Amino acid sequence: MRPVSIAPLFKVRHLRKRYAETTVVDDLSFEIAPGECLGVIGPNGAGKTTTIRMCLGLTTPDEGDITYFGGGGGALHMPRDALAIKAQLGVVTQFDTLDPDFSCAENLMVYGRYFGFRRADIAPRIPELLEFAALTHKAAAKPGELSGGMKRRLSLARALVNDPKLLLLDEPTTGLDPQARHLMWERLQVLLQRGKSILLTTHFMDEAERLCTRLLVLDHGRKIAEGRPRDLIAEHLEPDVVEVYGNGALELAGAADLAALAARIEVSGETVFFYTQDARRLLDALAQRGGLRTFHRPANLEDLFLKLTGRQIREDG
Amino acid sequence: MKTVEAARSTPSVWRPPALSMRWWPVFLRNWLVWRKLAIPSLIGNIAEPLIWLVAFGYGMGALVGQVEVNGTKVPYILFLASGSICMSAMNAASFEALYSAFSRMHVQKTWDGIMNAPVGLDDVVLAEMLWAAFKAIFTVTAILAVMLALGISHSPKLVVAWAVLVGSGITFSSIALIFNALAKGYDFFTYYFTLFMTPMMFLSGVFFPLDQLPGFVRTFAAWLPLTNAVALVRPLFMDQWPSDALRHGLVLAVYAVAAFWVALALTRRRFRT
Repeated sequence: MRPVSIAPLFKVRHLRKRYAETTVVDDLSFEIAPGECLGVIGPNGAGKTTTIRMCLGLTTPDEGDITYFGGGGGALHMPRDALAIKAQLGVVTQFDTLDPDFSCAENLMVYGRYFGFRRADIAPRIPELLEFAALTHKAAAKPGELSGGMKRRLSLARALVNDPKLLLLDEPTTGLDPQARHLMWERLQVLLQRGKSILLTTHFMDEAERLCTRLLVLDHGRKIAEGRPRDLIAEHLEPDVVEVYGNGALELAGAADLAALAARIEVSGETVFFYTQDARRLLDALAQRGGLRTFHRPANLEDLFLKLTGRQIREDG
Repeated sequence: MKTVEAARSTPSVWRPPALSMRWWPVFLRNWLVWRKLAIPSLIGNIAEPLIWLVAFGYGMGALVGQVEVNGTKVPYILFLASGSICMSAMNAASFEALYSAFSRMHVQKTWDGIMNAPVGLDDVVLAEMLWAAFKAIFTVTAILAVMLALGISHSPKLVVAWAVLVGSGITFSSIALIFNALAKGYDFFTYYFTLFMTPMMFLSGVFFPLDQLPGFVRTFAAWLPLTNAVALVRPLFMDQWPSDALRHGLVLAVYAVAAFWVALALTRRRFRT
């Protein structure tokens, strides 16, 4: 675990939550430094959303402390100071909670009032928020008339209405097409450059790798790895992966000569994955056998994720 | 298994309400949505009660003639108008606190969005309660205006009747929010309407005097909130001061406070995860 050198903005210590027999969050600790993007990845049911809900004071933890240090007047504790903390947070939940009866501009105005702002405080900010969300041309449109990506960007703009220091984003790009996802990433990068901190949960490893300073891998409510994306890959994986499919591919998993060239071999469905330090010799050995299709690539975050959390499908979600 | 020493005690859902002025932006939000639909909503809210009043008041009134209230004979239309306006307050508040509040709470997840901002659940529930009461006030005011125009009553005490109806709106919206907190879907509200509100309409002296009912039913009916509202409003329509005003007012107030507390506790339980 890499210690955060700067004083943290947000600190979670020994968080635990049980529902009946199931422990959904188990002794979870992490910190978020100012300007940092912390990614939380994990399979369905790993405890990501429960963690976010506890950070928002919507779910009471059984044990542990959640502290926010950005208040200026000393540390604020969840859930005791929930309202004071939330006044400084921006939240985008997994499912949009936009007001269907209001236009985009009205959504921002109405949401700003929940923070205690007056109309005169919010009105001048609305054009810049809409512009940030690339929704200037949709100011008068209602959420029902927006595409999925536009709705998510309106949710993001709404979360910025109080100029928060920390953003909590629960799967902000799930269900978006690549264009919309890239635009969302670009906006989040801008926010990080402006010094905002972000806590982000995601199922997309490219998203985690692109945006996150550090990553937290959760499974069954426990933290199973933490670190910078590149460091984690280097620490847990061999640099190269060779995927092999085609006739007779599955028998290769037991071949002694290939096993000697690979550090680790995994079979998933009809594909064999060779994790290796020496892809050249492995590829040569495979080429001699013929009739196989191979795909050589560097190890990535997805490999790490699957190594740490397994390849089996999770039933719950 | 949950170990006692490890588990932090979650605060009781029955703890006192934590209320602040943060309910206001939530109330304002409902107002701004409703303002867009106010005219059709106005027609819907007052047309039905007025059709009932005209059809029954003039139609039945011709058959019934006069009805005796506290030893005074009054035209049936006055008897019915003073009862049905209480029923309108009840209906307006109940519809808003059931169907509309449920849409915001459960279907649209508006409440979830609000609670990610610095507004607590208690203030959201308070805002919904006051908003449903406001809908009742609005409906009642419009109907009163029409009744004045029709010349059904010219009592100056109608001003006091209006204040009583405002209070009744608060009582009925608080009661309805209990059922909102318990609902799994819109179908659930049918029970509330058919098993609670409809019987109460007939047991509260809206359409006929309670003297017609057997003794034990009268004793039971005396404690229904609608009965107490009608007992206060009807004499005011007749330009008289109600007897036992304090008791009737107190019954309505106790219903309002108790129902709001129960509604809040059940809503907290619904949102506690």
